[in-house]
Amino acid sequence: MIRVQREDFDAAAEAKALVAGNHRVGSVVTFVGLVRGAAGEATIGAMTLEHYPGMTERELAKIDAEARARWPLEASLIVHRYGRLKPGDQIVLVVTASAHRQAAFAANEFLVDWLKTKAPFWKLESTAQGEQWVDARAADDYAAKRWGPK
Amino acid sequence: MKVLYFSWLKTRAGIGEETVTPPAGVASVGALLNWLATRSPGHAAALANRSVVRVAVNQEYATTNAPVGPNDEIALFPPVTGG
Repeated sequence: MIRVQREDFDAAAEAKALVAGNHRVGSVVTFVGLVRGAAGEATIGAMTLEHYPGMTERELAKIDAEARARWPLEASLIVHRYGRLKPGDQIVLVVTASAHRQAAFAANEFLVDWLKTKAPFWKLESTAQGEQWVDARAADDYAAKRWGPK
Repeated sequence: MKVLYFSWLKTRAGIGEETVTPPAGVASVGALLNWLATRSPGHAAALANRSVVRVAVNQEYATTNAPVGPNDEIALFPPVTGG
């Protein structure tokens, strides 16, 4: 399941609801990404996330389907926010659930790595120096590539 | 066709969305980018470094040689930075 929304989310409630009633699940892994308060030397006042409505949902659904094809997941959820956020705010939630922990851990890391390099979101940082679009990081490309092609 | 610009491509091009009618010979992503770059100095600035321009045709990632037509939605944006 995927969702793109402006509103905040409750990670624990989302994870609980995702696996409610499914007693094959033995492991739930929850990842929450937050807005950092600094970029290098600069203090971040706000972070605005722009996205491409329509394509964002399609890309996230494809990434989710790929994880489900690669690992024996019982359930998965991606929630990604957009709009203006502040340091400490939650940006993204990825929940994976499986019978045993290995699949849930691996699939969760895969989902985060792939969404960072494929889902059409862009971060605009506001600092005392003004506004600046965040550059893509080579480390993110590297992290995504270790999972192989597609 | 509809062309969308995101992130700093929008800032540089000075426009977020436009409907364009390129000449008949413009039938691929690469040819379209070349033609769009001639529309204004802002477009030229946005498209100056093609290595950091990603393209989607009808909301799917596309490469330079992918075909484009009058009914397509083309999106131009930098490498993504979500998550």
